[in-house]
Amino acid sequence: MDLPHIPCLRWGVPYVSLNQNDIIDYRDRRPLARVSQVNAGVVRRDLRQAARARAALGKKTVAELIEISSRAGEFFLREDLPLGEGDRRQTAEDYVKTLSATSGLPHVMVRRNMEKIHYALTQMEVILTGLTRKLDFGIVDRGYGEQHGTRIGLFPMTDALGLVMPSNSPAVNSLWLPAIALKIPVVIKPGREEPWTPYRLIQAFLAAGCPAEAFGFYPTDHEGADAVLERCGRALVFGGQETVDRHAGNPGIQVHGPGYSKIILGEDEADNWQDYLELMAASAVENGGRSCINASAIVTPRHGQQIAEALGRLLGPIKPAPVNDEEAKLSGFANPAMAEYIDRTIEEELKTPGARDCAAPFRNGDRQERFDGGNYLRPSVIYCESTDHPLYNREFLCPYVSVVEVPPAETLARIGYSLVVTAITKDQDFIARLLDSPEIARLNLGPIPTMKVSWDQPHEGNMFELLYRRRSIEFADGLGPRLAVA
Amino acid sequence: MNKRGVTPVTIQEEQEKLDAAVRDIVRWHFSAETGCPFWLRWAKEAGWDPAQEIDGFADLIARFPNFRDEWLRDQQPEEWVPNAFRGKPFNVFETGGTTGMPKQRIGWNDFRVDYSEFSDKLADEHFPRNDYWLMMGPTGPRRLRLAIEHLANVRGCSCYFIDLDPRFVKKVIANRQFDIARSYMDHVVAQAVTIFKHRRVSGLFTTPKLLEALSERLDLWKAGLRGVFCGGTTMDPQYTRFLVEEVLENRIGFYPTYGNTLMGLAASTPLKPEDQYSITYYAPQPRAVLRVVDPEQPRQVKDYGEWGRVELTTLTKEFFMPRFLERDEARRREPRDCYPWDGVAEVRPFGAMEKKIVEGVY
Repeated sequence: MDLPHIPCLRWGVPYVSLNQNDIIDYRDRRPLARVSQVNAGVVRRDLRQAARARAALGKKTVAELIEISSRAGEFFLREDLPLGEGDRRQTAEDYVKTLSATSGLPHVMVRRNMEKIHYALTQMEVILTGLTRKLDFGIVDRGYGEQHGTRIGLFPMTDALGLVMPSNSPAVNSLWLPAIALKIPVVIKPGREEPWTPYRLIQAFLAAGCPAEAFGFYPTDHEGADAVLERCGRALVFGGQETVDRHAGNPGIQVHGPGYSKIILGEDEADNWQDYLELMAASAVENGGRSCINASAIVTPRHGQQIAEALGRLLGPIKPAPVNDEEAKLSGFANPAMAEYIDRTIEEELKTPGARDCAAPFRNGDRQERFDGGNYLRPSVIYCESTDHPLYNREFLCPYVSVVEVPPAETLARIGYSLVVTAITKDQDFIARLLDSPEIARLNLGPIPTMKVSWDQPHEGNMFELLYRRRSIEFADGLGPRLAVA
Repeated sequence: MNKRGVTPVTIQEEQEKLDAAVRDIVRWHFSAETGCPFWLRWAKEAGWDPAQEIDGFADLIARFPNFRDEWLRDQQPEEWVPNAFRGKPFNVFETGGTTGMPKQRIGWNDFRVDYSEFSDKLADEHFPRNDYWLMMGPTGPRRLRLAIEHLANVRGCSCYFIDLDPRFVKKVIANRQFDIARSYMDHVVAQAVTIFKHRRVSGLFTTPKLLEALSERLDLWKAGLRGVFCGGTTMDPQYTRFLVEEVLENRIGFYPTYGNTLMGLAASTPLKPEDQYSITYYAPQPRAVLRVVDPEQPRQVKDYGEWGRVELTTLTKEFFMPRFLERDEARRREPRDCYPWDGVAEVRPFGAMEKKIVEGVY
């Protein structure tokens, strides 16, 4: 059978490029699909028409788009949707299997990611309410209005939201979904190995009645990705620390880099560490350890070695499993070189005195393992004697957690930036200091897994605030919002 | 007849013409009366007499080593002056030089010969006679600057110039100073926009990136542009299609060329549907010969359709340069109707698939 071909979408219009990339099965390197790759000029040229795309999407009200999003959620989760050229369609099960085969995620994790996306789409009203802090959505439609006796003017900061997506975790696509309901078209540069999710989401939106002009889908190279970031005015990009540093200080680009998420035991709870072992393990391992909200460090005032050893005993035996195993916990690597690089880096840095891998004695094998033709990394639990050790506060695309002892008085000064902190403490002074810290993006007080997210409270950036800005406004008699609505 | 409409007889005739040209040129450069000091000394040191022993192109490939680019950096220009031209002032043209000494080639009239011949390949609808040209690209010490002016003159008019310094661009990109590179590109393109606003121009020479950038600032057709002569960086089939269909809107003529100071220019054949926007360039044989060779065994040509390193041999009375390995790779293509010799297609920097190459806007 010939391979499916996923075209580029130029404001909804399919475009078949002369440059095409194969997406391959991470196990046997067999091509599973072909994706059109466009040059950066195509992106730049299309972005000149972004205002037209926004005008097309803007014909729908926010309320209508919330409804469309909800229907799209159902289509995404359950229905057959077009896949590329011709009459080819993709069932939900096909999506699970092909995404699993190209990304290395076991089926069970793909399904969990699908459910997260489904939830985000079907609960769009709740999400927008949270993002806008209960703004009357009619004000977004009209651009001005009155709420709680206050006049409000709103204007969009861009005609299109640029998205430079990663390949590692499908659920990150849920971050951009509110843009559609907020009437801003999206220009997506998918991850090289993961065109499946954004493409299926677009098809779900189209099936639900969203204007096709709202979607740009541009598999492209680095220059094309830069064009998306530079020309959209507002953009999201996912990447490593280098990406974070490169775009630091650019208000138009929201960077999603390493999370360095942590679990911190307070002075008052450190002796009860055994009660929280399961929580620590789940925070490190869920979703294959691939998320920025996976815990990558555990900070405790004492018992660090015992915690690391107990975690090592729990996580060390976790092995690769067949992709269709409902209990599978590890993801394969689409790029075997990445697995090798991570393994080599950890081994090299273990040579620096002051750290040891407490999962190693429980693995009965190497960290890197070949299974069913794929490359896997088994969990690492690194006990570090100090936060100065190079393996503290590291984040890798696999279950990896470091454990370190830090005196309570120094904790906040030494832990560094954290996307999520789960602080297990009842100490009100410590809680007050945590609440004061600008280095923590999301704070869980009490034994809450780092992986738990609240859809009405973005843990990293607020899409509404990225896309819209308030202006002060006055209306002359007869031009007020009530008249406009009437 | 091959699939591109060329008979074996025609190919053979061209091969014979090339062999005859090789004999003439080698005799010229290795004879005391006409040859240059460099080659005469080289033959003495090599211990054989090319004037006597080279009977055709196959001999040249078999007997000469690859021409070394440091010869063009280390030798003074006089070393390359054929004795027949002694006393005649010459042009010094340069290539490379982003860091260190550039390669220098001297010349008198070759560029006029190359570009007069190239003019015959241009359609009047795309480059109207007696109308103005603009060159937006590397001028400075490059042969191209005089060549384009000559081309405009041959076609009955004159040329405006906007300089782009590729050495500066490559340096800032290598230093990851992308903002500076972009700002410089904007500066160059803004000057072109000004010319188009105030002067009538129908023909343009530029690089692909600058053409694309210009099209973002100007409606090229409405500005009066009818033909673009383009060269300088990689144009893969998708990029070529983008330029033809979208930047030039399928109505402004597009003439991609491959060339440099050492060769002159290799023209491309008009793109046909079956080409799928894959550009094939043909050297101005017999004055220059392009081959696609095996990088590991550079005397061996690759099979048709295969990738290999581009090798250039220049054969004029002004300059002899056997078997120079360019820093480019390409696919080898069959002879075709108007060029009954091998072509090079989809040229890109050598090793482009393995490593990052700084091309920038040039």
